[in-house]
Amino acid sequence: MFPRIPMLSYDVVVVGGGPAGMAAAIRAKELGLNVLLLDENDYLGGILPQCIHPGFGLHYYKEELTGPEFASRLAKRLVELGVEYRTAARVLEIRNYSDLEKVVIFTSPSGAYQAWAKAVIYAAGARERHAFEIGIVGDRVSGIYTAGEAQTLMDIYGIMPGKEIVIVGSGDVGLIMARRFALEGAKVKAVVELMPYPGGLARNVMILRDFDIPLYLGHKVVEVRGKGRVERVKVVRVDENLNEIPGSEFWIEADTLIISAGLVPSVKKLKALGVEIDSATGGPVVNDRLETSVPGIFVAGNSLLINDLVDYVAEQGELAVEGAKEFIENGGIESRKWVKVEKGENVRLIVPHYLSGDRDVYLYLRVARPMEDVELRIPEIGKRMKLPVVKPAEMLRIKLKAGEIRKAEKLTVEVVKA
Amino acid sequence: MKTKVAIIGAGISGASIARVLSRYENLEVHLIEKAPDVGWGVSKANTALIHGGYDDDPEKYPTRARLCIRGNRLWHQWAKELEIPHVWNGALIVATKEEDFDELERLLERGRKNGVPEMRIVDRDELFHLEPNLTREAIGALWVPIVGQIGPIPAVIAITENAVANGVKTHLETEVTGIKVENGEVKGVETKDGSIEADIVINAAGLYADRIARMAGIDYFEIHPRKGEYWIFDDDVPGPKRVLFPTPTPISKGIVVTTEISGHLMIGPNAQDLPPEEKEDLATTREGLEQVWEGAKKLWPQLPPRSKVIRTFAGLRPEPTGGDFIIKAEEEVWGFINVAGIRSPGLTSAPAIAYEVAEIIERDLGIELKEKEKWNPYRKEISHFFMMTPEQVNEAVKKNPAYGKIVCRCNSVSEGDILEAIERMKFIGVKTPSVDSVKFRTKATTGTCQGSFCRPKIVQLLAKEYGVEPWKVTLKGKGSEIGIGDVKVLLRGDA
Ligand SMILES: Cc1cc2nc3c(=O)[nH]c(=O)nc-3n(C[C@H](O)[C@H](O)[C@H](O)COP(=O)(O)OP(=O)(O)OC[C@H]3O[C@@H](n4cnc5c(N)ncnc54)[C@H](O)[C@@H]3O)c2cc1C
Ligand SMILES: Cc1cc2nc3c(=O)[nH]c(=O)nc-3n(C[C@H](O)[C@H](O)[C@H](O)COP(=O)(O)OP(=O)(O)OC[C@H]3O[C@@H](n4cnc5c(N)ncnc54)[C@H](O)[C@@H]3O)c2cc1C
Repeated sequence: MFPRIPMLSYDVVVVGGGPAGMAAAIRAKELGLNVLLLDENDYLGGILPQCIHPGFGLHYYKEELTGPEFASRLAKRLVELGVEYRTAARVLEIRNYSDLEKVVIFTSPSGAYQAWAKAVIYAAGARERHAFEIGIVGDRVSGIYTAGEAQTLMDIYGIMPGKEIVIVGSGDVGLIMARRFALEGAKVKAVVELMPYPGGLARNVMILRDFDIPLYLGHKVVEVRGKGRVERVKVVRVDENLNEIPGSEFWIEADTLIISAGLVPSVKKLKALGVEIDSATGGPVVNDRLETSVPGIFVAGNSLLINDLVDYVAEQGELAVEGAKEFIENGGIESRKWVKVEKGENVRLIVPHYLSGDRDVYLYLRVARPMEDVELRIPEIGKRMKLPVVKPAEMLRIKLKAGEIRKAEKLTVEVVKA
Repeated sequence: MKTKVAIIGAGISGASIARVLSRYENLEVHLIEKAPDVGWGVSKANTALIHGGYDDDPEKYPTRARLCIRGNRLWHQWAKELEIPHVWNGALIVATKEEDFDELERLLERGRKNGVPEMRIVDRDELFHLEPNLTREAIGALWVPIVGQIGPIPAVIAITENAVANGVKTHLETEVTGIKVENGEVKGVETKDGSIEADIVINAAGLYADRIARMAGIDYFEIHPRKGEYWIFDDDVPGPKRVLFPTPTPISKGIVVTTEISGHLMIGPNAQDLPPEEKEDLATTREGLEQVWEGAKKLWPQLPPRSKVIRTFAGLRPEPTGGDFIIKAEEEVWGFINVAGIRSPGLTSAPAIAYEVAEIIERDLGIELKEKEKWNPYRKEISHFFMMTPEQVNEAVKKNPAYGKIVCRCNSVSEGDILEAIERMKFIGVKTPSVDSVKFRTKATTGTCQGSFCRPKIVQLLAKEYGVEPWKVTLKGKGSEIGIGDVKVLLRGDA
């Protein structure tokens, strides 16, 4: 295609060197595939090296590790196995010439290359929502960062962003950043949460009590003012329908505003390939091999759906590569019939979207609103699971047996009062 | 002996004047700007249109009417000479009611008087052929093919680079605090860092042109700010091919829907008059933004969901008493030239304004201008990774591996692009490292993620090239530092 740029050739090219991509590349090598892993950063690990808190790996390594520890274990294994990888290598474009002919065009300090592959694993992670996207108006000043950017500044580059902090969003990331700032001696003046309940895990919500940080539930930050730097932020209360309550506005003085308002799967390159996207996950529609609607293009990790646990991310990477192997060997992922998975009562998103019934699968799902004493049901196969509490913040992962799946034409997953 | 010229303000007006005057051997030109970089005043936030020159009434606003069309024609040349990003995509002024055609006829007539070529009224069929996704309510339009769009700050940067290459001296972060006048003649300017002697002082201070004029004792006009707000959407949202205007009302040209030159759908501006003292109020407001949204929807019904917004911003138009541009040598103070009240279409008119000033210097100040034997009209655009083919990337990395390394992932900006930007910042005298200076030269941080991935990396590059601690790197000049110290600074109690 590009006669004058160097051409490389592989069975599988993995895009993204975070936990999903590394796990995929390791598994690929273990399965005897010729694999190349590409990441644009100068180091492997994706966002893990900036997550210096513990809470990683309980399922995958049966130990609690920090992000850098989790990443370095994967990286070590990768090196031991002799997996070919390149850092500072940014994938610019993926082309799909035919089922077994994909081209991944990437650039690096040694120039641009075209890597031909029979299958591609896309594990490019996610991006964070920013202040403009969540409708904050006012002055454009220094001191407004996404949580991940602040984390990068502090934990990769050793820069302290500010001293009086307001955090938007009480998900795990926001809460962990609240603690991070407090531990470095900053005053966290508020965590502001739109919903009437905190977004993070209970153990992370405890952070607020430990550090005496006020939590404003059912509130939102609407405006920032300042000259060169943030000086104050305007907060307003919302009602049950998330509409602002007039007259409830107040200002908090702060020099830093951290936006931790959720992640969005990075899928622009997949969209450009014509991959079908699920508007609920923001990631692609996939089958139980994590193959997208474009044959031979697989996806894993936060590009598939936003995960809270790195363990599931790594698991998805492995699964995707097992699919790629089958794809390469059989010239496609075949199934006698695809069983469609549908969202029922109180299910906001669910992945995968199509199941073959040829193998056992994990379903990953999130509820739309918190509930207690509920059952997860799949009426078509009479499946019922009791759950004491469900929260949108906690992704549920349930296993279905191949035999169960085969019984149905479609599966509707619902979470209802027991 | 050379005549010393001090130009106050490095916006599109001041920079253009500097470029034109750099052509003359007997002038020594100083360009003075209070901001850390050029183009950060009014020229920073606007609709970026090279207007067609049909809507300014030559009876009421003769200067605007004359300079807009001349400016439009000159931009065709300047954009090529200086390699300024631009597109000539034309504009449609859309009618949705039968009465609108009366106004369109008036504009057509006025355009002809002003010398605008190739305008015509198109019917519904042709209109939808030109712009298929326009509101179904549209019944016809005025088609003005000569309208274009440019990158306004890239334009100021390009012009300044060329001016400096031709000998202009810049004084950035230098705020003018007084004008020296003796016996009715201008002698120079006072600044926070001492004075700069000059025989001619040109006041191109944008929103502050009234203040500067008053420093010279001239107070017949006032500038008040008129705010306009905008939304910009992600680059995967489809926008129109042409610039779309509603039929104007007596008060405003209306809210424009356009795909700006880097491919993002942009809507705006509204118009809100602020008191004269609020010249720094660039805050976006909910009311203003909603007004824009409603206005844009009338032309472009399928506005994207709010989750596709990547940025909102506001600009301030410098509205002068009387409404017309004030471009003249003031008689009370010999050598003092006002270039004031340069409101819309000031961006379009800037090259014409610059020639006008040169004419004023010759005609009214009686200084004969001698052209340099060698004057370089050309300037090369900075390398943009996103415009390179893979083959070109491989050529570039042979010179410097940094050209192969991506820093801004949304807009594919390489480390090489950024290092080149920093070199060019230094070339025109930028002293304080800021992310915005890099942004306006490379487009880094302006994509889908709005810099959350690349800003920390840009900060590192700026810190290294400027030899400062990374937390002292600024977003947009002093007072907007990225951090307060190293990560342990608060625990040590140093901050
Ligand atoms: C603040 C925070 C706290 C967290 N805490 C926990 C926790 O306590 N426990 C836990 O289990 N999980 C936690 N997580 C979640 C976990 O870290 C993520 O789910 C996981 O890292 C996602 O992995 P990934 O491989 O999908 O993506 P990433 O880690 O984002 O990796 C993707 C990689 O792909 C690269 N890339 C993208 N596009 C390209 C391209 N075109 N070319 C080349 N490279 C590309 C990216 O630069 C990146 O390096 C936390 C996350 C955050 C942000
Ligand atoms: C919302 C909006 C939309 C617009 N749309 C268009 C359009 O589509 N097309 C068009 O042609 N025009 C448009 N305009 C108008 C156009 O932007 C202006 O006419 C033009 O940018 C004015 O440039 P300037 O150089 O005169 O002023 P500025 O860019 O403001 O430059 C003046 C400079 O002087 C400096 N300065 C001020 N005081 C001092 C001091 N004391 N000492 C030193 N320096 C000082 C400032 O920092 C500034 O950089 C629009 C304007 C706005 C606000």
